[in-house]
Amino acid sequence: MTCLPGRSERTLGLVIDLDTCVGCQACVTACKGWNDQGYGVPLSDQNPYGSTPSGTFLNRVHSYQVQPADAAPMIVNFPRSCLHCTDAPCVTVCPTGASYKRVEDGIVLVNEDACIGCGLCAWACPYGAREMDADAGVMKKCTLCVDRIYNENLPEEDREPACVRTCPTGARHFGDLADPQSAVSQLVAARGGYDLMPEQGTRPVNKYLAPRKKDRPDKASLLAPLLDIQATGFAGWLDRVLGKI
Amino acid sequence: MNQPRLNTSPHVSDEVRKTTCYMCACRCGINVHLNSGKVTYIEGNRDHPINKGVLCAKGAAGIMQVTAPSRLRTPLRRVGPRGSGAFEPISWDEALQTAVDWMRPLRETAPEKLAFFTGRDQSQSFTGWWAQAFGTPNYAAHGGFCSVNMAAAGIYTLGGAFWEFGAPDWERSKLFVLFGVAEDHDSNPIKIGIGQMKDRGARVIGVNPIRTGYNAVADDWIGITPGTDGLLILSLIHCLLEAGKVDLEYLARFTNAAYLINEAAGPEKGLFVRNAEAQPFVIDRRTGMPAPWEAKGVQPDLGAVWQGHRTVFQHMAERYLSPDYAPEAVAARCGVTALRIRQLAAELASVAFDQAIEIKQPWVDFRGDAHDTMIGRPVSFHAMRGISAHSNGFQTARALHLLQILLGAVETPGSWRMKPPYPKPMEAHPTPHFVTVPGKPLSGPHLGYVRGPDQLALLPDGSPARIDKAFSWENPFSAHGLMHMVIPNAHAGDPYRIDTLFLYMANMAWNSSMNTAQVMEMLTAQEPDGSYTIPRIIYSDAYASEMVAYADLILPDTTYLERHDCISMLDRPVSEPDAAGDAIRWPVVEPDRDVRGFQSVLLDLGARLGLPGMVNDDGTAKFKDYADYIVNHIRRPGVGPLMGFRGSGDGEGRGAANPDQMARYIENGGFYQAHVPAEAAFFKPWNSAYQDWAVQVGLFDTPQPYLFNIWSEPMRRFQLAAEGHGAVQPPDHLRNRLKLAMDPLPVWYEPFGDAAEPFGFTVHALTQRPMDMYHSWGGQNAWLRQIRGHNPLFVPAKLWQQHGFSEGDWARVTSPTGQITVPVVQMAALNENTVWTWNAIGKRKGAWALSEGATEAKQGFLLNHLISELLPAKGDGMRYSNSDPVTGQAAWFDLRVRIERAEPPQMGESLPAFGAVPRVVPEGSKR
Repeated sequence: MTCLPGRSERTLGLVIDLDTCVGCQACVTACKGWNDQGYGVPLSDQNPYGSTPSGTFLNRVHSYQVQPADAAPMIVNFPRSCLHCTDAPCVTVCPTGASYKRVEDGIVLVNEDACIGCGLCAWACPYGAREMDADAGVMKKCTLCVDRIYNENLPEEDREPACVRTCPTGARHFGDLADPQSAVSQLVAARGGYDLMPEQGTRPVNKYLAPRKKDRPDKASLLAPLLDIQATGFAGWLDRVLGKI
Repeated sequence: MNQPRLNTSPHVSDEVRKTTCYMCACRCGINVHLNSGKVTYIEGNRDHPINKGVLCAKGAAGIMQVTAPSRLRTPLRRVGPRGSGAFEPISWDEALQTAVDWMRPLRETAPEKLAFFTGRDQSQSFTGWWAQAFGTPNYAAHGGFCSVNMAAAGIYTLGGAFWEFGAPDWERSKLFVLFGVAEDHDSNPIKIGIGQMKDRGARVIGVNPIRTGYNAVADDWIGITPGTDGLLILSLIHCLLEAGKVDLEYLARFTNAAYLINEAAGPEKGLFVRNAEAQPFVIDRRTGMPAPWEAKGVQPDLGAVWQGHRTVFQHMAERYLSPDYAPEAVAARCGVTALRIRQLAAELASVAFDQAIEIKQPWVDFRGDAHDTMIGRPVSFHAMRGISAHSNGFQTARALHLLQILLGAVETPGSWRMKPPYPKPMEAHPTPHFVTVPGKPLSGPHLGYVRGPDQLALLPDGSPARIDKAFSWENPFSAHGLMHMVIPNAHAGDPYRIDTLFLYMANMAWNSSMNTAQVMEMLTAQEPDGSYTIPRIIYSDAYASEMVAYADLILPDTTYLERHDCISMLDRPVSEPDAAGDAIRWPVVEPDRDVRGFQSVLLDLGARLGLPGMVNDDGTAKFKDYADYIVNHIRRPGVGPLMGFRGSGDGEGRGAANPDQMARYIENGGFYQAHVPAEAAFFKPWNSAYQDWAVQVGLFDTPQPYLFNIWSEPMRRFQLAAEGHGAVQPPDHLRNRLKLAMDPLPVWYEPFGDAAEPFGFTVHALTQRPMDMYHSWGGQNAWLRQIRGHNPLFVPAKLWQQHGFSEGDWARVTSPTGQITVPVVQMAALNENTVWTWNAIGKRKGAWALSEGATEAKQGFLLNHLISELLPAKGDGMRYSNSDPVTGQAAWFDLRVRIERAEPPQMGESLPAFGAVPRVVPEGSKR
C-alpha cells in the first residue's frame, strides 16, 4: 500500500479535444518513439513481423461509433492514456511503493527498480491505462514525458509531452490544471471539459472536451430565385442578374 | 513520502539531423535524433513550412522503416523461372552492365521498347529527363492510377490544382467544404488547417460516403452516393445562378466568361470568336464594341451578343438553370435531400457574399488597373481521390472548380489559394513529346497538356505512340500517363510489344494494379517458344515488396534516411501560398547494405549508355551521383533543381550552380523558402506584383497572366473532331463517347461502372487510405501494423440487416469481373448503399519479410481483385479501359458489387488466397 501525496504543488495533465481528434494515431507513435528511448526500459514489441504482433504502447487511440438521437451517426476518436488521477487507485494498490504520484506536479510514475511486475496496478486502473512490458516484466505507463517537460537539453518550446508536440490538429493540450489561469484550465472552463468515468472516484487530472454538436442545419435562409425564370425565360433572368453589376 | 530522485534533464541525442520525411507523399520536415550514429527518435521540424513541427503516425514510425527486415540487401539476378524467387546476388558492376547490355540495343534500334514507369517517385523531373535522354516515349509516374483527374481538371480550368498544389486560406476561411478526401494530399497541412479552423469556430462540411477521419470531425456530413458529386455540385450551381448569387465582377475580370462563343455551324462552332490577331476578345461595356481581353480599363460585358455570338456566361447560365439540375431533380440520384442541397447552396452564398472579407492591401492587375483593397470570399474547398477516381472524375473536378469560380473563391482572401509555381496557365505547360529516333533523345518532355487533336501522341497510322495509350483518342488529356495499363498492354502487344519493362517503386504485382491475379499471370506469361511475353523486367525498390519476385534484375534502393533527394520547384515542391519552397533529403545515416540510391544508379546507367546530359565530351560520367546532379544540373539558364543559395550563395531561384548549395540546405534545416511579397499574395494569376516576382525567382521567364477557363476550348476541339470536323479524326466507335466526355462546360454523366447496376450489382464498393499507413509500405512497419493489421469490409446498417449479418461473419462480394470472400464489420456512419475497406493493408504471403501467418496476409484482402482494367465487353468487338475517358485515370471507385453472407472460408483466410511469394529476404523476427 502506497500513499498519495495530500496535495501536489502543481497538477500537470492533458486536455484532449474530441471535437478535433481525427484519429490519425500520430500521438500513438510519437509516444512510442520517445518512450522507447526515454524514461525506463524500452517499450518492447513481441513478434513484430509475426502473426500476432503485440507491443507496449503508453497511449492508444480508439474509434467508437455513436448514434445521436437527433443527428446522423458519428465516429468519435478517443485517445486513451494515463489520466494521472488525484485519487489514483494504481498507486494505493502498489505493494512495493513502485507506483507513486509526484508531489511537485502530480505525475503518476512507476519506479521501475522497485516494480516487481505483479500487475495489481493494471488491475486497479479502471481506464486500462497501464501496460506490462512483456520483455522487461515491469509496468509501463504514460510519464507525461517527465523526461521532456523539464529537460534542459531540449529547447524550451519542446518541453512538452511528445504526443502534444506532434498532434497535427492541435487536439492535445498540456498544462497545469490546478492553476485556474492556465490555458488548459481556461479551455476546460470554456468547453465544459469533463472527467472520464467520474463514478470511479479516481478524480482524473486529464480532461476531455466533448465533440461539439454536429449536423446543425445551417442558419442561412434558403436562396430566393431572382424571378420566375419559367415565366420570363432566360433573357429575363439575364437582364435581372446583369442589372446588378 | 519517499519519492525517487529523477534526472529530469537526461541526455537526448548526440546530434539532430534535419531532412525530409518519405513515409508518405506529404514531405514534412523531420528532426532525426542520432545517438552513437544510430537513429533514436524522429519528430517534426518546427521551422518547416509543411508540417510546422507536427508529424503524423507514419512519420514518427519511420524509425522502424529504416531498420525493417524487408530491406533489400544487394543487387539480384533471376536464375530460375520468373516468379519462382530464384535469384543470385550479384555485384553492382554486374547489375549495371546487365542493364546496359539490355538497354543499349533498344536505344540504338527501337527506343520505345524500353518502358520506364516510376511509382511513388518524388524525382519525376529527373526520371523524366533521363527517359527523355534515352529517347523512349514510354515514361510516366503513378498519377494515372492515382489522381490525374484532379490535376488535369485543375490545370485546364484554373491553371492550378488541389492535390498539394493549393490550400484553403486556413487563417481567414469561414467555411471549408471537403469532397471525397480521406488521407490524401496533403495530409499534415490539412490536419493542421482543420484544427485551426475549428478552433476559430469556422465551419467544416464533409461530403463523403464514409464518415471517418476529417469527415468525422466535420460539423456537417453529407453521405453522398459515390460517383454523383458532380451532379450535386451542378445543382448547387443551379441554385446560385437562380438566385443571382455569383460574383459577376470576378467572372467578368478574371475568367473567360465574357469571351464570345462562335455560333456559326461548321468547324469553328463552339470555339472562341477571334480577332484579326487570332486573339479571343470581349465586348467592352463602356463602348459596346470589341476590345482586347487584356486592355487597360476594359469592362468585359457578360451579357454581350455580338454578330449573333453569345458569351460563355450566357451559355453556362442557360445550361445550369435548366430544371434538370434543380435539387429536386437530382436528390434521389445523389442520396441527398433537395432541402439539404438548397441549404448548402444558401450557406455557400451567405458566407461568400454576406460575410465577405476585405484586406486593405492595394494591388495592380495585369491590365494595369489599380485596386485599393483585396475583397475576399471566405469559402474554401478541397477534393481528392473520392471524386477523381471515377470515370466522370475529370468533369466532376471541373464542376467543383466552376463552383469555386462562380463564388469568386479562388485566389481571393479567405478562399482557396495556389502555391508557387502555380498559378501557371495551361499554355505554359509543354505538349506531349513522343516521336522516337533511334539513338537520339526525345525532342521534349513526355507529359504535357494537349490543346487539340493534332497534339495527340499518335503514330502516322493513327495508332497510339505510347504503350499506355496516353494522349490517344481513348483518353486525350492523360497528363500523367496510365501506369495501370502498361502491363496489360505490354502483355497483349497492344499497341505493340516491348522488350524491357523498367519499374521503380511501384508494386504492380499487388496493390497498385487492377485485376491483380491476372497481372501476376501477365508478368510470367510465356510465348510458344518459351520466351517471356514481357521479355525483361528490371525493378528498383528498397523493400521486398510483392513485385520483387517478378523481376529479372533487382536494383536495391536505399531507405529515405540514407539518400539524397530533391523536392524541386521543377517537380512537386513544398511551397505554401505565401512562399515558394523546396527541400532536400540527405544521408543522415549511411546504408549498412550493398544498396544505392536509385537516382544515382540511373545517372550511372545514363553515363554508361552515353546519354546526352549525363556524359562529358570525353565520354566520362558528368555527375558523380544524384547529389552532384541536384547541385550542378542546369535545366534552363540559371535555373536548376534547387532554388535556394544559388550563385555565390545569395541567388534565389536564379543563378549559377553553387558547389556549397547542398551544405547550405543542410544548414538551413533541409529546405528553402522564397517569400511572396504582401501585395502579391492574392489574385496571383492577375496580380502584376506576383507575376513580376515569379519571373524574378525563375518560375517563369516572362509574366504569364491568364483567365480561368469556364469554357474549355481544348475540350471543344475534341468534340468538333468527334462531330467530323478537322483532319485528325477519331475512330468511329469513340465518337459518341468523346462528344459526351469532352463537353467544354462541366457535365455530369453516369460513371461507367453504373452499367452493372441492372445486373444486380447495386452496392458501391470503395477503399480509403488510413491516416496511419501509406499504401503497401505501412504494413511492414513494426509499429504501424500493430495499429492496423487487418482490414474488414465495413457494411452499412441497412445492408447488414438485409443480409442477416452478425458479428464475426464473412461475406462473398461479387463484381462483374471477380469475387472475394472477406470478414465484415457493421458501420453506421456510412452511405446506405456503400461498403468499403482500408487500402493496401492486405499483403501476399511471404512478402515484406512478414510471417506467412500475418493477419495482413491471411484475413487482409484487396478490393483490386474485383476491379478489372477493362470494362466488360459491350459486344462491339472493342474493349474499353476502366478509366476516365478524358484523362485515363483509373476508375477504382466506379466499382459495383453485390454482397451476400458466406460461410467462413477454411483456415479463416480471405479469398482469393494465393500461395506464398518466394522470399528474397528472410522473415523478420526482432525489430
